[in-house]
Amino acid sequence: MVENRPYLTVISHLIVILGIVITVMPIWITFVASTHPIEHIMDGTIPMWPGDRFFENYATVLGSGVADAGGIPVGDMLLNSLIMALSIAIGKIAISLIAAFAIVYFDFPFRMTCFWMIFITLMLPVEVRILPTFAVVANLGMLNTYVGLSLPLIASATATFLFRQFFLTVPEELAEAARIDGAGPLKFFKDILLPLSRTNIAALFVILFIYGWNQYLWPLLVTTDESFYTVVMGIQRMTQAAESLPLWHLVMATTMLAMIPPVIVVVVMQKLFVKGLVETEK
Amino acid sequence: MAELHLNGVQKIYPNGFHAIHGIDLDVTDGEFIVLVGPSGCGKSTLLRMVAGLETISDGAVDIGGRVVNQLEPADRDIAMVFQNYALYPHMKVYDNMAYGLRNRGMAKDEIDRRVREAAGILELEPLLDRRPNQLSGGQRQRVAMGRAIVREPSVFLFDEPLSNLDAKLRVQMRVEIKRLQRRLGITSLYVTHDQVEAMTMADRLVVMNGGRAEQIGTPIELYDNPATTFVATFIGSPSMNLLEGTVAEGGVSVALDSGASIDLPDPRPELAGRPVTLGVRPEHLTPTADGSGMTLRLDLVEQLGADTLLHGHLDGDERRLVTVRLNGHFAPGQESVRVAATSAVHLFDRESGGRI
Repeated sequence: MVENRPYLTVISHLIVILGIVITVMPIWITFVASTHPIEHIMDGTIPMWPGDRFFENYATVLGSGVADAGGIPVGDMLLNSLIMALSIAIGKIAISLIAAFAIVYFDFPFRMTCFWMIFITLMLPVEVRILPTFAVVANLGMLNTYVGLSLPLIASATATFLFRQFFLTVPEELAEAARIDGAGPLKFFKDILLPLSRTNIAALFVILFIYGWNQYLWPLLVTTDESFYTVVMGIQRMTQAAESLPLWHLVMATTMLAMIPPVIVVVVMQKLFVKGLVETEK
Repeated sequence: MAELHLNGVQKIYPNGFHAIHGIDLDVTDGEFIVLVGPSGCGKSTLLRMVAGLETISDGAVDIGGRVVNQLEPADRDIAMVFQNYALYPHMKVYDNMAYGLRNRGMAKDEIDRRVREAAGILELEPLLDRRPNQLSGGQRQRVAMGRAIVREPSVFLFDEPLSNLDAKLRVQMRVEIKRLQRRLGITSLYVTHDQVEAMTMADRLVVMNGGRAEQIGTPIELYDNPATTFVATFIGSPSMNLLEGTVAEGGVSVALDSGASIDLPDPRPELAGRPVTLGVRPEHLTPTADGSGMTLRLDLVEQLGADTLLHGHLDGDERRLVTVRLNGHFAPGQESVRVAATSAVHLFDRESGGRI
């Protein structure tokens, strides 16, 4: 807007600041709580400024872990989460790219049937098919493995559908020009289609990484071995410590640590992410 | 450098649609052939069949003495320029031109030599490091040409390459393409729906209609002796006036249904009494000073500067719009004008539209 109305400027700034406060406040409280000893948190007032126990608290969760929650160092859980989230994000993107490529560029019998079968599974979230999936994974002996953690979440209708829609917007002449230039299907995929999908891949990677990172129910079911626990599960277990009060300062420290990898992914990818969402580079 | 032969080429789509009804065409080495016709006449389909992007249902396509029906496009020794250029958006101009050569496994220095040479011909040297989205329409068009040139193909295929350009650039590129084709001497097949483009560029024209070749010939042959009313109205702008009439006794003139009469340059006694369609181009109708000829009641006068177009109806015929093209200016305010046909009139069969 090019209007010059001082009140409007003040009001819009107030609204923006209010929005920021609402968003940032919980994170700030989490951070503050993670720097205090447990007594400060349990005495009924929430401290608003950081305490002096930053290093001790973080050293505890990273080093020995929380004893009541199994004593697993947070670092191990973060690694598990990272492996799972990366496998899901990369696996999903790889599979859906190839599936969408097949559906859009090849004319094979029952092509549309395949597409509709993929499309219909869009409507089924993990939770709906969780029991049969669990049975399959258990029968294959994949409980307590990284494969068991990530593989069942990889097949993705959403990503396949998105890539299909994107491939349909790529001009047909491009594929024809590549054919005349002597590029076979795989060469066309590698040299033309993949580079063009770059921004879409980045956008999807951010979404899928966070999706994988935040998985809770599935890891809870397939892992019983503590060395495969993910950080989201770990936080939940800490808050449910038996026979004692939860150690909120350590829970908060773990939460802060669990937030870092998704933040890094978003910050690093944000340029491509925004580009992938708003712009079609053709 | 090669000859191109189409023998009875047909295209029938799986849904039964018969797009091309058997086309025969022999193109000599270095000839520039333009396929022209209205949308949906099959001209692009025919070109894509030569390129190998559409299968050939029947007949044979022969490039340089080799039947290529079963060959992949890359193996046919052709290069194609697309209407929307189809440049690879993520590659620099240089890589766009080099991509096909790299896929053939050509040596790096040979690729470099060819790309630089083509860039020199097309004045693209300063643009080699740019991406297609940093180029103007005309520059993209030139890159698409460059990508075709570096392949040094036997046959160039152009699929309406100028239709995405503005009018001024189109004229300029038209001249450039023609000059380039002469210089390289490469056999070319060019598809367009623009009859001016077709007339100016072609060594020979193929006028297509409904999947058939209506007439094949040089631009002047088609202009002077159109084989059918379709060709007659398609070639030349504004298009030829068609008037219904009957050949008079002795075949010396045609009595038009409007009541007027037009003399035939050569008497056609064998046609006497036959109903015909008479064609006369707007530039072959001239106003008469002495009051002879037919009365044209004017509806619209278009002043183009060099010429003037008079649109109107002949007295007694409300149905047919008749156009007259005059050299120079026309005094405004006149409601009708007397016109007469010069000797260049054409007779067509009323039923089939064929020339008689």
